[in-house]
Amino acid sequence: MSLWRQLTRGLRGLTKQSAADQEVADEVQHYTEQATAELVARGLSPEAARRAVQLELGNATIVREQVRASGWESLVRTFFADLRYAGRQLRKNPGFAATVILILALGIGASTAIFSAVSPILFEPLPYPHASRIVMIWDSGGDSGSRLPVTFGTYRELVARSRSFDELAVMRPWQPTLTGALQPERFEGQRVSASYFRALGILPVMGRDFQPADDRPDSLPVAILSRELWQRLGGDNQIVGRQIKLDGKLSTVIGVMPSAFENVLAPEAEIWAPLQYDTSLPPDSKEWGHHLSMVGRLRPGVGILQVKRELDTIARTPVPEFHRPFYAALDSGLMVNSLQADVTSGVRPALLALIGAVILVLIIACVNVTNLLLARGVHRRSEFAMRVALGAARTRLLRQLLTESLLLAALGGCLGMVVAKVGVQLLLALSPAQLPRVDAIAVNGAVFAFAVAVTTVSGLAVGLIPALQAWNSDPHTALQQGSQRTAGGHQQTRRALVVFEVAIALVLLVSAGLLLRSLQHLFAIDPGFDSSHLLTMQVQTSGDRMNDDGTRLRFFEQSLEAVRYVPGVSAAAFTSQLPLSGAPEDGYGVHFESSPTGKPDADNGADGYAVSPGYFQTMSIPLHRGRLLEEHDTASAPFVAVISESLARSKFPGRDPIGQRVRIGPADEPWYTVVGVVGNVKQASLALSQSDAVYVTSAQCRIFGDDAPWLVVRAHGDAAALTPAIKNAIWSVDKDQPIVRVATMDELLAASAAERHFALVLFAAFALTALALTAIGIYGVLAGSVAERMREIGVRSALGATRSNILALVLRQGMALTALGVVIGLIASFAATQAIATLLFGISRLDVVTYLGVIALLLGVASAACWVPAWRAAQVDPSITLRSE
Amino acid sequence: MTFLGPSPDEASTDVIQGTLDMLILKTLSLEPMHGFGIARRVEQISRGVFKVNPGSLLTALQRLERAGWLDAEWQQTENSRRAKYYRLTRAGKKQLEIESADWKRRASAIARLLNAEG
Repeated sequence: MSLWRQLTRGLRGLTKQSAADQEVADEVQHYTEQATAELVARGLSPEAARRAVQLELGNATIVREQVRASGWESLVRTFFADLRYAGRQLRKNPGFAATVILILALGIGASTAIFSAVSPILFEPLPYPHASRIVMIWDSGGDSGSRLPVTFGTYRELVARSRSFDELAVMRPWQPTLTGALQPERFEGQRVSASYFRALGILPVMGRDFQPADDRPDSLPVAILSRELWQRLGGDNQIVGRQIKLDGKLSTVIGVMPSAFENVLAPEAEIWAPLQYDTSLPPDSKEWGHHLSMVGRLRPGVGILQVKRELDTIARTPVPEFHRPFYAALDSGLMVNSLQADVTSGVRPALLALIGAVILVLIIACVNVTNLLLARGVHRRSEFAMRVALGAARTRLLRQLLTESLLLAALGGCLGMVVAKVGVQLLLALSPAQLPRVDAIAVNGAVFAFAVAVTTVSGLAVGLIPALQAWNSDPHTALQQGSQRTAGGHQQTRRALVVFEVAIALVLLVSAGLLLRSLQHLFAIDPGFDSSHLLTMQVQTSGDRMNDDGTRLRFFEQSLEAVRYVPGVSAAAFTSQLPLSGAPEDGYGVHFESSPTGKPDADNGADGYAVSPGYFQTMSIPLHRGRLLEEHDTASAPFVAVISESLARSKFPGRDPIGQRVRIGPADEPWYTVVGVVGNVKQASLALSQSDAVYVTSAQCRIFGDDAPWLVVRAHGDAAALTPAIKNAIWSVDKDQPIVRVATMDELLAASAAERHFALVLFAAFALTALALTAIGIYGVLAGSVAERMREIGVRSALGATRSNILALVLRQGMALTALGVVIGLIASFAATQAIATLLFGISRLDVVTYLGVIALLLGVASAACWVPAWRAAQVDPSITLRSE
Repeated sequence: MTFLGPSPDEASTDVIQGTLDMLILKTLSLEPMHGFGIARRVEQISRGVFKVNPGSLLTALQRLERAGWLDAEWQQTENSRRAKYYRLTRAGKKQLEIESADWKRRASAIARLLNAEG
């Protein structure tokens, strides 16, 4: 009841303010009249009675105010009054207001954007039930302990022997061609073991999940569709049980996944089918290569360490039932990571470093705004003093200042949301292809809450210092000091803040500088081929006809012929895998018949290339020894191979590898005779040194030939401009074959360094923002200091100081602050650059050139910022300054 | 609470801090009346010992009305002026009982202390 009254009466006071005020006035009026009437009744003259009442009652206005101020609504009224006043203050000083709001917006917007992008990747659990129980398992047998996909044999052995998993599944990429309803088109898909969806914990929303009975070599072909693909196929509710034609074979749709299913292991995949591997095949057959990703769902209560121990034990103790080929002997054990760590491992260091950087930017923004507000506080000191002298309570003053700060922060926050929205779009546009869960990135509610929190906290933090200063100042002295004759202690605070800013800016600049130098180093690396004027694309085959090996081979030969006739093309070739394309590497165990250093059971893997003759010429890969692959190396000719220099050196140190015999992959593969050695090529990325490779002709290739090879074309001029002509040339042979992933080699090269580039762009943006803010900060402090010391400067020049003396005086003051900030920043940088150590390439994180360059840049900008106030100080005319007091 | 300062008339003092609410409730328990009536009644009954500050009184009336202890109503007075009349509610009556019991308890405790000899 009473709460209800509080609310309604208060709201009435707010909404019908004049009526409520009138009532109070009426009541006071009535009171006065009654009092007067009473006195008149006692015999006083009306005049005397009025005076007596006036005396007793005091000022009627004050009484009215007292009554009005007693309800809660008066707090609201005061707040709005404060807000209006704050708004007026800002309008009076639009330059100041705009600067502060812009700085806050940058700080808040940048941090919100980065948080939006990073949160779903690093912090939010993956969208699966009990996502923390999902792990990835890899073979540790790669070069220098790097991870390898597992073999089917390892999977079968773990399914049988491990006790740690509820479900264990393997998968591999699959690009089936769907014919019938739509244009022939290749879809991204996955071949999976029947347990795949159960391991992730997401089941089809329509139809049923894969069952073990579906995953046998003699099972009927079945498929599960993504919801999007189902919709594109017409969204038929009766689709379960219908047949679709995949790679020319009829396949029964048994289920449709829910639309919310986010497949982090293959975000593009739209269609799934069981592996249907033949478990009775000999252990060395081609289905036993390292080509499967393994995912498992741990039993409840089983930890990562526990499962690691179990898998180590299994790896160390082979059992006869599970024969292990030499290339999958599990000598180096198995690797287990949580799925989250696994999908984010590549980008984690960069993202964490970005969070650190953006926090620094936010801090520097707040420091700068504080500085601006402090400077303004100085100018408004006499205003505050006057208000205190006129009876304003100090709490009232504090509240007023905080209202102003919060208004600034709120405006900054609103603009910051705009910056954040744009920032997220920019981040997505810039993001490297490896960035997982990109679809989940958006400015969301949590992020908005984060932005609001940041706004409020920064607003309060920024507002506090000037408010406290006004609180502590003695109105008496403050009024006396209205003439800006002396510099107060607040200068100390502001100088300290500037030193702090310089230090933070240096840390960011050093980080950006190190990344820039890393990228320079990276692009200075020779990929092993000439990337200029090189166009690449993937030519896929589709349709029943192409299932015939002869037809397919003929199509590729004729296409190549047609492409070579396109004007502007100087050379063209096909290859089964393309360096720096970002596609998964096609690695095989390479076994030399008589290598002095090669043990049959411990041979390293190498990239296997099936190429058309002319590949080396097209790519400009130099021949070091022997001969290249040639047209006459056909299926009926003796099998020959070309190996990379690094492979030749490691297998035949000091000896000629020409004429040696090599086997690629399982033991039932044929021997190839080495006929040539070519230069090393960076396959996976410029940063990785691994370059062991074996090349054979497509015609002689049995296992790693592909039905979707890459076409590389060297152009005389602009490579990208040839794209339509080349596509038409291929389609003139067969117009139904899809051509995808068209890119120039230079683009691929840039993309291969995309993660570092991404980090560099953001760090550079942050560092430059920090630098600009710091320059504003230095300028602000010096300008304030010069303005306050006008009289002192006047006296100095009156006493004989020259202009250059004065100039030096001010410059010295500014540069001393900068130098102190640089020293602190250097110490901080030594520690902070640890965070980006993994992103660096070819330089130490204590790279002297970077540090010197950054210091020079910072000092240059700082001295420019100092110059303007210094110059203004030097122009001071003592006669004017001294007289003006 | 005072804004007029000490009155030149030393005989009357401001209402003891914290008792104004109780005095208002007590006065209104006799009959509904308007603000000035309450002030005069308090002065009369206390035989001029307590003087009610109009600002404090009107503020207190607003507070008590919002607390639900009083009902307020604009009425025509005898001389056809509008005046705000206050009436004690049931909750107000209960509150008066609580406050007066509390006051009596404290007043007798103070009296005992002052009368103590030793």
